[in-house]
Amino acid sequence: MHRHALASASLAVFAFATPAMANEDVLQQSARPEQWVLQTGNYTNQRYSKLAQINRDNVKNLKVAWTFSTGVLRGHEGAPLVVGNIMYVHTPFPNTLYALDLNEDGKILWKYEPKQNPDVIPVMCCDTVYRGPAYADGTIYHHQADTTLVALDAKTGKEKWKVVNGDPKKGETNTATVLPVKDKVIVGISGAEFGVRGHVTAYDAKTGKQVWRAYSLGPDNEILFDPDKTMSLGKPVGKDSSLKTWTGEQWKIGGGTAWGWFSYDQETNLVFYGTANPSTWNPAQRAGADGKPIDQKWTMAIIARDADTGVAKWAYQMTPFDEWDYDGVNEMILADIPVQGQPRKVLVHFDRNGLGYTLDRVTGELLVANKFDPKVNWTSGVVMDKNSPQYGRPQVVKEYSTFQTGQDKNTKGVCPAALGSKDQQPAAFSPQTNLFYVPTNHVCMDYEPFRVSYTAGQPYVGATLSMFAAPGSHGGMGNFIAWDAAQGKIVWSKPEKFSVWSGALATAGGIVFYGTLEGYIKAVDEKDGTELFKFKTPSGIIGNVMTYSHNGKQYVAVLSGVGGWAGIGLAAGLTNPTDGLGAVGGYAGLRDYTALGGSLTVLTLP
Amino acid sequence: MKRAGFASAGFASAMIGAIALLSSPHGMAETAAKKEIAGKWLTEAGEPTYNIANDGTVDWYTFSGFRRYHSECHTCHGPDGEGSSYAPGLVESVKTMSYPDFMVIVATGREVVRADKQSKMPALGDNANVRCYLEDIYVYLKARADGGLPRGRPAKRADKPGAAEKSEKECFGDR
Repeated sequence: MHRHALASASLAVFAFATPAMANEDVLQQSARPEQWVLQTGNYTNQRYSKLAQINRDNVKNLKVAWTFSTGVLRGHEGAPLVVGNIMYVHTPFPNTLYALDLNEDGKILWKYEPKQNPDVIPVMCCDTVYRGPAYADGTIYHHQADTTLVALDAKTGKEKWKVVNGDPKKGETNTATVLPVKDKVIVGISGAEFGVRGHVTAYDAKTGKQVWRAYSLGPDNEILFDPDKTMSLGKPVGKDSSLKTWTGEQWKIGGGTAWGWFSYDQETNLVFYGTANPSTWNPAQRAGADGKPIDQKWTMAIIARDADTGVAKWAYQMTPFDEWDYDGVNEMILADIPVQGQPRKVLVHFDRNGLGYTLDRVTGELLVANKFDPKVNWTSGVVMDKNSPQYGRPQVVKEYSTFQTGQDKNTKGVCPAALGSKDQQPAAFSPQTNLFYVPTNHVCMDYEPFRVSYTAGQPYVGATLSMFAAPGSHGGMGNFIAWDAAQGKIVWSKPEKFSVWSGALATAGGIVFYGTLEGYIKAVDEKDGTELFKFKTPSGIIGNVMTYSHNGKQYVAVLSGVGGWAGIGLAAGLTNPTDGLGAVGGYAGLRDYTALGGSLTVLTLP
Repeated sequence: MKRAGFASAGFASAMIGAIALLSSPHGMAETAAKKEIAGKWLTEAGEPTYNIANDGTVDWYTFSGFRRYHSECHTCHGPDGEGSSYAPGLVESVKTMSYPDFMVIVATGREVVRADKQSKMPALGDNANVRCYLEDIYVYLKARADGGLPRGRPAKRADKPGAAEKSEKECFGDR
């Protein structure tokens, strides 16, 4: 039908594109280092580029090539895409999308501005961020705040189809990117702070028709878990693996949303993602009928699903019975690295709970679970002995258990804070060094849970917390680290004044880029973290650095525009509990360094 | 669609509870320009207010407001009422905002549409976690606004008065 016309139209722009399915097209397009067609670079989520024109010797010479104001003030997460001669730049709510002509320093080819009900704004916990669209097969898939998924013609911006994935009146919103896989587009949902029951949904890439939906919690036929075939830690999960870990019908408002990233492994046909916190934040309200902790599966879990059917092949719950809001949604990076001398196909994940996990992505076997911030104190570690009944479970330190301390009581000095040792800001992997480069938060908290009631579409939180820079450290609120995922060890760690809330980019030039909340884009040496370049962009960076090449010249681009959880939590500065109560001490307020405003900065060598 | 806001039964019963407290004869104490009724402090004009004793002990409702603020409000308005990149600092706002005005905005919401931005505060009137603690949140912000209460968690607090326990239960509509 449209295929022939579409294919020939694309051919004019993309000389190599003769796709049969979105899948193949994404594989072909993302293999070309001059482009950036998915938010995560490619299906592996490695955020690695083979471009090497900008390298450790000349990166100090980077200059601004051109800039672009997005016209929106809110927090700008995600990154621009580059496909052929077009750059696609997205914004937070109202989720405007620009197609910019790279042949004319970003002239606007078309602009798409959806009409959305502003009622969606206040049901977005922590700013109206959006981590951006994805490209496949001549189409831009754009997932708006109000959960409308729209397919746009990549050349003209014309709508091909639209579908609504959730109901903002119940607190269901979207902040995540989407993943085109085969003939489908995979999307998630936000709203665990509103008691939303999380799910992941696959839509037909050509028509927008729903193909499958997999909830994170509930009956087996709704979470698409096969009691006999879905595995966890080497064993079948069994019947009602989710239902039996909840009290009564709490799973119906239980959270476990999927607002992070998706990766895909072609060989196993598996899609990987993580699930968020159980609602509410008050663990006492979620305890079992016997008053003891109960797992609340499959919140806080890594889940591997068949891309065609949605059925889970394996799952692993990282933080059973969450007591701190350590969502498990951060990116799942797929890499092939040697572990204990054996080549392994691994999945590496840096969780909010402060543990860096390495798993066998084919089987879900747990290989490594170690702290990627030495200050993490809520757990003494994960039991790795396969014969132990506690196998795979983190051991909770009583002093930092907000559940054991109790409702209406303040649990002090928990590390990390609720924003996690790392939030959604994605890490990068370089196959040159076999190291992972991770933007982290170095922040701890006091946490006091208390009773809350549920009202549809209203916040359902139930804890108060105070955050502060990790005590007894360098005084800053962040680190940018290099991580050995085979050993589970920090290789080097570079302190930062603020949490590093920007996604990293590793390149074949031997350098790693990231942004800071003050607004610097920085380049460091992949070997030891030595700072080689920095430039202050117009606003704080919570976006992800990307690179592309145009007419033979390499460019590095990043969105500035402070906001998100970081902008909310850090704008006024954190208090320092050791300086006496309420003192703001030496801890910097972000508002002394930067102000709102979305803009794109594109750098290149002179 | 707009929410019912004030019309909800829970809110009405909370207000009745508050009025009943005002006329309660027992447990009354007075200091300079404000008076205490069963652990709750009021200005001469009868507006709810905070109390900080010489040793830094805050009244229960101010402490309760600290807790509820950092559960329901701070994810937009930032820690300690200081504001954020997303929403304004309420410590500034309450300097010029009366309690009745505060109640109306919290209960019914507020929308600002300007050329450069569109912001929207939700109507929280039917959210028991806010509705049942409106006064608490207000007096906490007042304590912060007047400069009497530093940032962070109040060091010491008064015990929870029986009246607070009772009105909380009534407001949540249970037990």
